[in-house]
Amino acid sequence: MSAPETYTGNRGLQMEEPLIFEADSPGLCGVDFPDADITSDRLGGVKREGDIGLPGMAEPQVVRHYLRLSQKNYSIDAGFYPLGSCTMKHNPRLNEKLARLPGFAGLHPLQPETTTQGALELIDATAHWLSVLTGLPGVAMSPAAGAHGEFAGLMTIRAALEDRGDARKRVLVPESAHGTNPASAHACGYAVESIPANDRGRVDLDAFRAALDTDVAALMLTNPNTCGLFEDEIIEIAEAVHEAGAFFYCDGANFNAIVGRVRPGDLGIDCMHINLHKTFSTPHGGGGPGSGPVVLSEALTPYAPVPYVVRDGNRFRLIEDEGASDAKPFGRIKGFHGQFGVFVRALAYMMSLGADGLKQVAEDAVLNANYLMASLEDVLSAPFAGPCMHEVLFDDRFLADSGVSTLDFAKAMIDEGFHPMTMYFPLVVHGALLMEPTETESKAALDSFIGTVRSLAEKAKAGDAELFHEAPHLTPRRRLDETAAARKPVLRWLPPED
Amino acid sequence: MRYLPLSADDRGQMLAAIGVDSVDDLYRDVPAGGRLTSPIELPGHTGEIEVERALTSMAARNTPAGGAPSFLGGGIYRHFVPAAVDHLIQRGEFLTAYTPYQPEVSQGTLQYLFEFQTQVALLTGCDVANASMYDGATACAEAVIMAGRITKRKKAVVSGALHPHYAAVTATSTEFLGLELVTPNPDLTGEEDLSAMIGGDTACVVVQNPDFFGRVRDLTALADACHAQGALLVVVVTEIVALGLIKSPGEMGADIVAGEGQSLGNALNFGGPTVGLMATRQKFVRQLPGRLVGQTTDVDGQRGFVLTLSTREQHIRRDKATSNICTNSGLCALAFTIHLTMLGEVGLRKMAALNHAGAMRLAERLAGMAGVEVLNESFFNEFTVRLSKPASGVVDALAEKGVFAGVPVSRLLPDAEQLLLVAVTELNSDDDMDRLVNELEEALR
Repeated sequence: MSAPETYTGNRGLQMEEPLIFEADSPGLCGVDFPDADITSDRLGGVKREGDIGLPGMAEPQVVRHYLRLSQKNYSIDAGFYPLGSCTMKHNPRLNEKLARLPGFAGLHPLQPETTTQGALELIDATAHWLSVLTGLPGVAMSPAAGAHGEFAGLMTIRAALEDRGDARKRVLVPESAHGTNPASAHACGYAVESIPANDRGRVDLDAFRAALDTDVAALMLTNPNTCGLFEDEIIEIAEAVHEAGAFFYCDGANFNAIVGRVRPGDLGIDCMHINLHKTFSTPHGGGGPGSGPVVLSEALTPYAPVPYVVRDGNRFRLIEDEGASDAKPFGRIKGFHGQFGVFVRALAYMMSLGADGLKQVAEDAVLNANYLMASLEDVLSAPFAGPCMHEVLFDDRFLADSGVSTLDFAKAMIDEGFHPMTMYFPLVVHGALLMEPTETESKAALDSFIGTVRSLAEKAKAGDAELFHEAPHLTPRRRLDETAAARKPVLRWLPPED
Repeated sequence: MRYLPLSADDRGQMLAAIGVDSVDDLYRDVPAGGRLTSPIELPGHTGEIEVERALTSMAARNTPAGGAPSFLGGGIYRHFVPAAVDHLIQRGEFLTAYTPYQPEVSQGTLQYLFEFQTQVALLTGCDVANASMYDGATACAEAVIMAGRITKRKKAVVSGALHPHYAAVTATSTEFLGLELVTPNPDLTGEEDLSAMIGGDTACVVVQNPDFFGRVRDLTALADACHAQGALLVVVVTEIVALGLIKSPGEMGADIVAGEGQSLGNALNFGGPTVGLMATRQKFVRQLPGRLVGQTTDVDGQRGFVLTLSTREQHIRRDKATSNICTNSGLCALAFTIHLTMLGEVGLRKMAALNHAGAMRLAERLAGMAGVEVLNESFFNEFTVRLSKPASGVVDALAEKGVFAGVPVSRLLPDAEQLLLVAVTELNSDDDMDRLVNELEEALR
């Protein structure tokens, strides 16, 4: 029986909610302040005249508005979120509590160093954990996100090369890489050359060797790669990179698969960013804030950006000035000292799990992904043989002739209460479905997901395409017209014209 | 271990289903040389009690400005944030959601970002804003790069009264993009003439308002001078609350506004994370970096929101993208937008007025002190004073007594030894000001 239409448009607990601008109660305010009498001002003759146009609300209206909005979101707290390459794992609440301690959250970045020794110690301790886990001695803590870390890493490489009088022009990037890799290389002034994958889903070693010469500054490789596979020829790759005098950059987005079991430094990697919001469980927050520290080999460490923390006996010092030490920092990439609030959360997570727990994290993440692969490969189609690492890749051959696309299939997952997997990425297979379960899903959650995917796959193959084309059916909004949104962009609310 | 829900029994069953004996078999593609043979030298797992104890003791080794009479500013400001803000942003549906790539299950995030974009556009006086950047400094750098793309010119004139971190980040970020930055000396006197530096090859002029030293200026003439030469005016705002009381950059002719939104909704957090703001004219929207939320309809004709214009972005355009950015500051933007919704028109104006009134009171008191010279004619909530002694020593001495006097300019501009930046917000009481004045008198004696 389908649900009846309602007068309000609400559907039980699912509420319609206007924009704040449409709910304006002019004159209301959710904050009580004392009156400020400004009879004169010192505003340089540019006092604002006229209204800004902000809507007014009292606190109850504000709370209800945002609470209702929150209920229109899927979240890892609410359910299984198998977005490949995104590492949607549980976000421990202890970390939120600690990041809000007044001794951390209430610190101003320009306080005297003597009053922030605990914060500098925290940055140093976080860097120490990252350094030991990756086997690389240097850590640049200031990048604000993964892509920002890529930029920082490549700028470090560029500075090291130029310092030895060996400016180079190209960066090699496998075609399966995240889009940020070529974009970051471009931002550092490098030409990007794409390297194809072989039929095992790894870097094509012959094509790579053919592209490699003394004009190549770096190879940017994601390992485990975006097909969910460990680059099993990585040591040969590293040796070739170093023979050519280039540096080996690793995109550490998939570090969750190997943390505690493999140190990137042992593989010959010179430089790697770490997404603290992936491997180290800091919340994604609907798209940030992230944090992307970069670990560096000994040769690269002197070129890391300012600021950085050094330890002098019992005292921690913050080096903010580019000319203040023997190092040769390439510059500054962010205001102040990095995503400190994110470091607190990441350190609390690392301390909670410890060396043994982090190894278990990697193993359970890999076990969960392989369990999905083993349980689904007979009904879906896997382009590459396993074992996989922490994510498993399928293509759309299983949907051939069904009239159902990867997108349709993913949207049908939504009606079943699951967040879709990553779709159409990586680009090296057709109609990709990339699933990353993470270690924080139970076997029961995986079994429920597996059962659902199997049933949907069978339904699609049985020819019930219509159901898929129209999915999702049960969400606050159904499929949205993205083409119209891009053709004539409406990016803000405007008052209705009378 | 409390975050791991697989039991030993589960693991055994799953290995059997996969058809391997142990998890080591799943790592067989790792070459022998890459396998760890000994345990990693880090402590083992720890209970919640011990972790809380360790980090609480680290936090206790700090003396936070948040709990003291503090006049620190310089790009990060301590404001009153209503309790509802932090409560709402900790709802799991906001906190633990990913980027809203699947709009049907992300209308909450998408709608608040659409509202955020509208609020930022209104505040800055611009047509449109994006869904936030990493921080103000990176937004400033991206604004310069964007101006280069729009004008196809290679030179940017950067004011000597721009926050030194913003200038440094812009210099680093543009170093290999073929852009040349022209910067006069630090503008300690407010007399720099940027108009004279604009030429036919100038992509943009970057100016901060209120500037790094706190001065407020009418930028209309500068905007006209830019436009006469086909250049763009980029206006940086590091204290967004100022726009509750002063004319918006858009009204004065700005083409791109890059700002820091930390003041609304966000704690000091030792400087990060914060929320970068970026706004511009409608006609430049396809050159904006970062995420954008747009309005559309669903198959039933109902209004909804989606991420849009993604053909600008790296996941589609790769090395041809407008920027490598793949993250915004979602949760910080949420805190910003909730706080601003709590304030509304009336609250923001009142808050801004309280800031300005407090700053005027303190400036007047300091101006009457021996050994202190207030340099600003104009200001919003922050101004520069010249002390009779090096400012960093005075600041350190006052910090010993539990008063944060402000930011010694020499921390950011090493040559400006005697200058001190003093910021006043609605959280500074008259008692705070008494403490500052008394301690300063003593330190300068």
